[in-house]
Amino acid sequence: MAETLLDIRGLSVRFSTPTGDVHAVKGIDLQVSKGETLAIVGESGSGKSQTMMAIMGLLAANGRAEGSAKFQGQEMIGLPLGKLNRIRGAKITMIFQEPMTSLDPLYRIGKQLAEPMMRHRGLTAKAARARAIELLKLVRIPDPERRVDSYPYEMSGGQRQRVMIAMALANDPELLIADEPTTALDVTIQAQILELLAELKQRIGLAIVFISHDLGIVRRFADRVAVMRTGEVVESGTVADIFGNPQHPYTRMLLAAEPTGRKAPPADNAPVLLEGRDVDVRFTMGGGFLGGKRLDIHAVDHVDIRLKEGQTIGIVGESGSGKSTLGRALLRLNHGTGAIRFGMDDISEASRQEMRRHRRQMQLVFQDPFGSLSPRMTAGQIVTEGLLVHEPQLSKSDRDLRAIRAFMEVGLDPATRNRYPHEFSGGQRQRIAIARAIILKPQVVVLDEPTSALDRSVQKQIVELLRDLQAKHGLSYLFISHDLAVVRALSDYIVVMKSGKIVEEGSTDQIFDAPRESYTRELMAAAFGK
Amino acid sequence: MLRFVLRRLMSALPTIFIVVTLSFFLMRVAPGGPFNLERPLEPQVLENLKRAFLLDRPLVVQYGHYLWNLLHGDLGPSFIYRDFTVAELIGKSLPYSMTLGAWALVVAVVGGIAIGSYAALHQNSFVDYIVMGVASFGITVPNFVLAPILSFIFAVVLHWLPAGGWGDGGPTNLLLPVISLALPQLAVFARITRGSMIETLRADHIRTARAYGLPTRVVVVVHAMRAALVPAVSYLGPVAAAVLTGSVVVETVYSLPGVGRYFVLGALNRDYTLVMGTVVLISVFIVVFNLLVDILYAVLDPRVRYE
Repeated sequence: MAETLLDIRGLSVRFSTPTGDVHAVKGIDLQVSKGETLAIVGESGSGKSQTMMAIMGLLAANGRAEGSAKFQGQEMIGLPLGKLNRIRGAKITMIFQEPMTSLDPLYRIGKQLAEPMMRHRGLTAKAARARAIELLKLVRIPDPERRVDSYPYEMSGGQRQRVMIAMALANDPELLIADEPTTALDVTIQAQILELLAELKQRIGLAIVFISHDLGIVRRFADRVAVMRTGEVVESGTVADIFGNPQHPYTRMLLAAEPTGRKAPPADNAPVLLEGRDVDVRFTMGGGFLGGKRLDIHAVDHVDIRLKEGQTIGIVGESGSGKSTLGRALLRLNHGTGAIRFGMDDISEASRQEMRRHRRQMQLVFQDPFGSLSPRMTAGQIVTEGLLVHEPQLSKSDRDLRAIRAFMEVGLDPATRNRYPHEFSGGQRQRIAIARAIILKPQVVVLDEPTSALDRSVQKQIVELLRDLQAKHGLSYLFISHDLAVVRALSDYIVVMKSGKIVEEGSTDQIFDAPRESYTRELMAAAFGK
Repeated sequence: MLRFVLRRLMSALPTIFIVVTLSFFLMRVAPGGPFNLERPLEPQVLENLKRAFLLDRPLVVQYGHYLWNLLHGDLGPSFIYRDFTVAELIGKSLPYSMTLGAWALVVAVVGGIAIGSYAALHQNSFVDYIVMGVASFGITVPNFVLAPILSFIFAVVLHWLPAGGWGDGGPTNLLLPVISLALPQLAVFARITRGSMIETLRADHIRTARAYGLPTRVVVVVHAMRAALVPAVSYLGPVAAAVLTGSVVVETVYSLPGVGRYFVLGALNRDYTLVMGTVVLISVFIVVFNLLVDILYAVLDPRVRYE
């Protein structure tokens, strides 16, 4: 066996909070050998990131680490800051989950790349800049001589993550810690970043600790896997072992968490429920009283779409493709143009008052289970708020009864309806948001990335819930998502969008099994590694 | 950038015009006039004075006349200090006010930012609580209370410093006025800086800087300070206004020959042109300071672009 680079023994992390200590990592053992890639897999709150933060001395102020973590024989836990600063950034480097905010917005990337090189290797500013350009070339930033003087805000998320990788490689480290490096990126960008990391790993031979919740990525990328759950390592082994012969039930559950099943299309003669013809949405940014340059964004570019009764249309595309804007335009929630019909009625010109009649039939569930529920209302109040408008004749106890029924329907304990949103988990909150939509007995529900912020195992439950509700109430869904696995499990028809236009559309089978357009194929390849 | 500055200056003109118009008419609504003295003047003298200062003409004519002169940079003659024009009075007193205000601004900005940063870096420590306690005190105690108390303690009781007067403009004369003027603003700066610093220290890019082995000093001064300064800078506009209006009180308490004192005397004596002159001066100052704030923004944060 190769030389051990990082040797973690009995590492614990605790956070002291006003309500008592939280034991985030509970005495774990992990080893990383020279040149190998160890993936730490787990759902949110499993302690996978905090383990690495503890080693890097980056715990929040209320966190303490105990136990041992030796890097090349040097004890890292409790190492004085001066000594720690000679290791981190030089021998151990890190890339983070948040490419948009991990770089200092106020300095040019060249300066940020140069800083650790000047600090750890004593390079002159000029030499560091030359090396920064070389590194940008290595991570395939186009036109590096010019981009070295860019500010982070002038780059896309994928490019910023490339800059972070360049920064991580600058001092030829022994160990790279990648904390969910692709989670915040679109699938095609995600694939490119992973490809780059794999290539660099080969070429440079550095060891990588890869923290991820995405088993698909881990399988392609890692040598060994450690599965973490609530602060403990429940299972570890080679990729072949973990994926081929998982021992622990939790590992098996994670592996089975990919949403499965398909949805049958509605009958051919099912009536069209919601139809948009030539839908077009533009936004103008800038301008204003004192002038300034105006920027026109063509978010949705002359799109036609027809949703039949009982149908689920999956709208897929990367961020900025206009899929959410299209969903909102069809509900008349933004200033789009085009003809929109709901059932028998033309609602393209309906006023706010006229729309109110239709609103209860068309509901919306948002992506962010934290931001879309008012923190000042109880779950029960949130769920029944729509009834105040649409069924004002209901008494308080009637509403409460409806809330209990809605809670049961979405698989929540009705006894929890007097709690506030922060007392629920992400998945439970999304159930509350779904209950809020279905309590009004709508016909159409626009689901705007309802599962994107959730762990895989929770995602699967929500997908199943949505499918059950659809069968029971004959709902029609517009399902907006960038997650193709979820879309496949839930939709019977798929619309692929790019830069505001529909690139390709067709039945789920057709799109997934025989995509015609190169962009669709690219998306598939990125998502499923085919 | 130059275009932006020019455009901002152009757009300030309507603001100043509205300020001038409002103060002109508001002052005339107030009872009394420049020649209502304890000992009434001879009717003939009064008549002549009014004619000389155009007070016998309709208000609209006086207003038009004032605007016309203002456009030519003429602030008119003083009604009370009859041998001087308003421009001369302001020109004479402005250096005193500028010295006082500049020192107060420097003390408030430098002191506030330093104290706020220190408190942020030692958040929830004993020092933090002391500093923020004093800062709250500084915000709640207005300078018309603070100035006489300081004067009483250090001049009347302890005899360490003079109770008032400009003297040679040295530290002994300036210390108390500058502190009285600066302390409330220093407290606000300290609070703003502390808050934004604490927030910035939690930012992802600060974590990156730490993860790459940069020493705490570099992390704080190079990466955190600059981002944390942005909200503090936005307070520079209001603070300029506060120092200017505050100097009215402080100059009066310490009998300093600055613009503020003329403003008070002018208002009390219904010296219309003198009050108008100081009002124009103050509004120009505030406009310029707000412009300065916007320029500083762009210097601190490359994402801010004015086109």
